[in-house]
Amino acid sequence: MLIIIYLSQHYNQVYPVRKNSRLANFQNLGILLRILLIVNILATMAAILLSQSLSDFVSLLAQLSALVQPVLLLSMLGLYLLNPLIKKLNYWQGVLLIFVVTLGNTYLVFVFINQLFVIDTKPAIIRACLLSAMVTAIVLYYFHLQTRAYSPAIAEARLQALQARIRPHFLFNSINAVLSLIRSQPKRAETALEDMADLFRVLMSENRDLVPLAEEISLCHKYLDLEKLRLEDRLKVSWQIDDMPSDAMIPPLILQPLLENAVYHGIEPMPDGGEIVVNVYTKLKELHISISNPYAAQNDKHVGNKMAIKNIKERLQLHFDLESSLKAQVIQDKLKNNRYIVHIRIPATV
Amino acid sequence: MTKSLNILIADDEAPARNRLRELIGDIENTTIVAEAKNGKEAIDLAESSQPDVMLLDIRMPVMDGIEAAQHAQKLIPKPHIIFTTAFDAYAIKAFDLNAIDYLLKPIRIERLQTALNKVHALQPTNILTNSHAALKPLQKARTHLSIHERGRVLLVPIETIIYLRAELKYITIRTIEREYLIEESLTHLETEFGERFIRLHRNCLVAPLFITGYEKRKTDDENQWVAILRGVPETIAISRRQQHLVKQA
Repeated sequence: MLIIIYLSQHYNQVYPVRKNSRLANFQNLGILLRILLIVNILATMAAILLSQSLSDFVSLLAQLSALVQPVLLLSMLGLYLLNPLIKKLNYWQGVLLIFVVTLGNTYLVFVFINQLFVIDTKPAIIRACLLSAMVTAIVLYYFHLQTRAYSPAIAEARLQALQARIRPHFLFNSINAVLSLIRSQPKRAETALEDMADLFRVLMSENRDLVPLAEEISLCHKYLDLEKLRLEDRLKVSWQIDDMPSDAMIPPLILQPLLENAVYHGIEPMPDGGEIVVNVYTKLKELHISISNPYAAQNDKHVGNKMAIKNIKERLQLHFDLESSLKAQVIQDKLKNNRYIVHIRIPATV
Repeated sequence: MTKSLNILIADDEAPARNRLRELIGDIENTTIVAEAKNGKEAIDLAESSQPDVMLLDIRMPVMDGIEAAQHAQKLIPKPHIIFTTAFDAYAIKAFDLNAIDYLLKPIRIERLQTALNKVHALQPTNILTNSHAALKPLQKARTHLSIHERGRVLLVPIETIIYLRAELKYITIRTIEREYLIEESLTHLETEFGERFIRLHRNCLVAPLFITGYEKRKTDDENQWVAILRGVPETIAISRRQQHLVKQA
């Protein structure tokens, strides 16, 4: 059971950071799009090479596509379905399986077409299989190079460098707030220090594995409790997380830095504070997280905000590639107040 | 026995104020005369409480500590300013350049004691409006203009100002309620608040938000465009050079 949980943590990572698998994840949209692109570029190249004129080129490309696309799509479907199996094999076994799938599909498609049109194209089948094998090799080599570029060591180093760093401003203000409690409310000071310890344990650990959403939310609660200590009634938070999948796996410290931004830019500059709204839900197998805060137009343009957003964007990309997105914008709510909203979309993996 | 030191503390966070109150309570010959939640409150309270020292947090809503320190220069008697701040790269850099007293949060009692002892010995630090080199990197446009009037410091929020007009030595500030006079240069004000005001005439900056329309008036020899303003009866003449603004409108 534990192993299953461990595997599932990495299930949707594009370039598994810790796992041995060096083969691409064929259930990842970004990977599939790249395969489509590479194969079609090669087909177009072939058409350009063989054609004399534009009209010639178009008809040639159409002819080629009629053969290439079925093989391509069938192979991608096959690899998509076989992906869990490929993950269990070692690298060369995986490569072998991939060749079997693509060549098998090429053969099947050609036999089917031959039966349909009844032409004697025996040599063509061998040629097609040869071409198909070469294209497969090119695609595999591309992914091999790419995986190397994102090799575990490099990816890990990058993730480490991107590790969210807490603002010193928050640290020192919090210590100051705790100090003010020690004489008058020692119990509250104790809780606050415990929260701080939990928070910094996560911040300082080398956490690159995905964590359950519920864990991140509980960390956020601790963080906000600390901020409440300083900001008191000025800080209001509304959690809209009834539909949240608590066991969905997300990269750690995605939410907390965004809340820190919301507090720093949206609550602290306001004399009467304001409300942060956190909304977490799943839609079409995707996990959506949005955080919004009041937006003060003449806010001090602190570079910290953009840094945090860029950092999270990059970490999401390392974990999910094209399957995740992060959007930040200023919108107007029903009362015509400007609000700053950050919206994250990641694959929901349990 | 020395005279007790009157202290005003300004911080938007209640725990930070508590902490300062506790520390100051531990130091002899000190009295807290006022507590403010932001810079504007600090200036307003300083009028009546006449502190010897103002302990100002730098990052506060409404008006920050830096701006409050500038306005405090017009208070009589002029108070000493000590900034308090949590770690802030900018602030540290600025303070390194200069001897303005500052305390880093969390504040140590010894450090506070030293800073307060210095106050006994020294004249108030001179923080010149708009020209203090050390504070330059921290400076944003002011949120208020301060006017020294009959021994009092009045704070006029920038957003209530309809226009600023240069007249001889002074600048007239017009709000819906009344006019004020300040001694500053229109050019400086234009650079500082360039986003909020437009120059309609050589001697006049107007907030576009208050302009309701434009009208062509016949004067002695030629036609003159004027801007009609919300809330006040007078109009502002538009110089020929600025008439393209009318066409844009």
